[in-house]
Amino acid sequence: MTRTQRQTLLRVGGSLAGLITAALLPVTGWVRLAVFLIPYGLIGWDVLWRAVRNIAHGQVFDENFLMALATVGAFFVGEYPEAVFVMLFYQVGEFFQSYAVGKSRKSIASLMDIRPDYANIERDGGLEQVDPEEVCVGDIIVIKAGERVPLDGVVQEGTSSLDTAALTGEPIPRQIGPGEDIISGCVNLSGLLRVQVTRPFESSTVAKILDLVENASSKKAKAENFITRFAQYYTPAVVLAAVALAAIPPLVLGWAWADSISRALNFLVVSCPCALVISVPLAFFGGIGGASKEGILVKGGSYLEVLAKTETIVFDKTGTLTQGGFQVTEIAPEHGSKERLLELAALAESYSDHPIANSLRAAGGPDLDSGRVAQVEELAGRGVRAEVDGLPMCVGNGKLMKEMGISYPPCSSAGTVIHVAVQGCYQGYLVVSDAVKEDAEAAIAALKAAGVQKTVMLTGDARGTGEAVARMLGLDEVHAELLPAGKVEEVERLLEQTEGALAFVGDGINDAPVLSRADVGIAMGGLGSDAAIEAADIVLMDDKPSKIAAAIQIARRTLTIVRQNIAFALGIKALVLVLSALGMASMWAAVFADVGVSVLAILNAMRALNTSKIDREGPVQSLQTEPS
Amino acid sequence: MKKKFKLVDLDCANCAAKMETAIQKIPGVNGATVSFLSQRLTLDAEDSRFEEILDEVVQVCKRIEPDCQIQR
Repeated sequence: MTRTQRQTLLRVGGSLAGLITAALLPVTGWVRLAVFLIPYGLIGWDVLWRAVRNIAHGQVFDENFLMALATVGAFFVGEYPEAVFVMLFYQVGEFFQSYAVGKSRKSIASLMDIRPDYANIERDGGLEQVDPEEVCVGDIIVIKAGERVPLDGVVQEGTSSLDTAALTGEPIPRQIGPGEDIISGCVNLSGLLRVQVTRPFESSTVAKILDLVENASSKKAKAENFITRFAQYYTPAVVLAAVALAAIPPLVLGWAWADSISRALNFLVVSCPCALVISVPLAFFGGIGGASKEGILVKGGSYLEVLAKTETIVFDKTGTLTQGGFQVTEIAPEHGSKERLLELAALAESYSDHPIANSLRAAGGPDLDSGRVAQVEELAGRGVRAEVDGLPMCVGNGKLMKEMGISYPPCSSAGTVIHVAVQGCYQGYLVVSDAVKEDAEAAIAALKAAGVQKTVMLTGDARGTGEAVARMLGLDEVHAELLPAGKVEEVERLLEQTEGALAFVGDGINDAPVLSRADVGIAMGGLGSDAAIEAADIVLMDDKPSKIAAAIQIARRTLTIVRQNIAFALGIKALVLVLSALGMASMWAAVFADVGVSVLAILNAMRALNTSKIDREGPVQSLQTEPS
Repeated sequence: MKKKFKLVDLDCANCAAKMETAIQKIPGVNGATVSFLSQRLTLDAEDSRFEEILDEVVQVCKRIEPDCQIQR
């Protein structure tokens, strides 16, 4: 509780006591007025002061003005206790409102509490705590167990497990050892790590994420902008209506002035647009905060709006639906063991830098003795010729085998086929392909269940490979052998066909143009991939495609809450406005319609932050989010 | 140049929106956002006149919401 809030509470108590005393005193006339003015002044002086001051500054129709007018008016028509109580009730409501907003702001802020406070830097043999911003690239920092990783770097010494939950929403700790990249914002759970810094703080992962989330509100959703514009016209309109309500019946119909004025005052109290102005942005902020708890970074409320009505999702293949690296997925020896075939292939490729060679070596294990290999000759686009253990062998594609006059069986695997021959004798083949991500199939199923009508995959890869992956995952459409420009064209064609919104999901490496062309661009964050974080509207920190369905659910839920609040606030206000125009609503009802509705709308908006109901893995059974 | 400022005692969402619109209209300001929820002003303005512009921003804010202070 802040100091102002405590003061408000004291004033509320004092004023309430004053009001009760005043009501009990047997006085009449001017003395009675004076006695009621004491508690009124105590609780309402700041409102009156602000009303006067803001009018002097040219800000006429604000809530202070409305409350001042309403209560002063009530004094004029002789409703002294009402005037004091309405002001009191208003202040209590304001207190709750400021308390609720402060509380929700804190809970959202704590989600993003990933800013490191210090870094331990090695200097002159000792450790020194410095501001992470002062650490330079190349410096060695030490991260102890329990500390937050302050900067991005490479582990030099030590092994540990890392809690990446703040970045990715992933509950299982990640193991890390020497030579591996470490990302700022994670928490070191067990061992001591010595890390060489690779990026200055300004461009570190944690600084980027904070910047992104803090500036999220700059991309305002249509609903938010609507509310701001709405408030601009609404308040003056209501004041005019109130004046008409006060003046016309007495002049035209000969009513009593006191009655029509008190109706008009009620009308004014109801009219304050605060419930909407606060709760709508708060709901969007809550949605963004809740999403970031799941490792989904959303750059603004407007993207939640678009995401909620996404009908078509276009995926890039490599790195998005697949791991993005080659792996040996099949070993088919003609004779002999699989291990032997893999060993031969890996040895022959041991001097090559080609991605396929790397994957073969990785599969062959660390014990390969490259000393057994001699006379290596790389044949571009075909493979490698080398001597292993003194025997001439060739490892490569079909073209190479044909050149060497070696016959090989046809094979139709998805992926790249590598044939192996020793001394002109065919040994068998291996298949290297880009493995599909574990949750890719479930991700597509979850999207279908969430009502996404069309899933499309675009890839620069060969048609056969692309189609095999698409079939396996259950995608509706696939377009293969596309250059980056071709992807943009394809997305533009799909945009024309789609009535709702189109989302593009890529890994951000060469997708920037497509990411920005789509209605909403979703990037695999790749924990530290700069291009992705900059080009996309939504970033998935843990690279899991299954998070897209979760993001859609969060977006829809947020939008539902926003719609509920708009409907609820406007509904209650309209009702009380009509009732007070007819003289059937008391000033109590009017104050409830203003402050009470605000508080309820704020509490409802806070639900957007809660993502525990979001189904994280697998298909979603039902979605009761669209009320209409 | 882009700089962030903390806003103290900004307690009205509507005023935040009004402040934002008013700041954006100041000559020399390339962009400004007032976030009610993070209680922050992000000001992007011309480098050479930044301090001058900032003074004007403070004036504008004072006019709209006198209780709210910009921490410089």
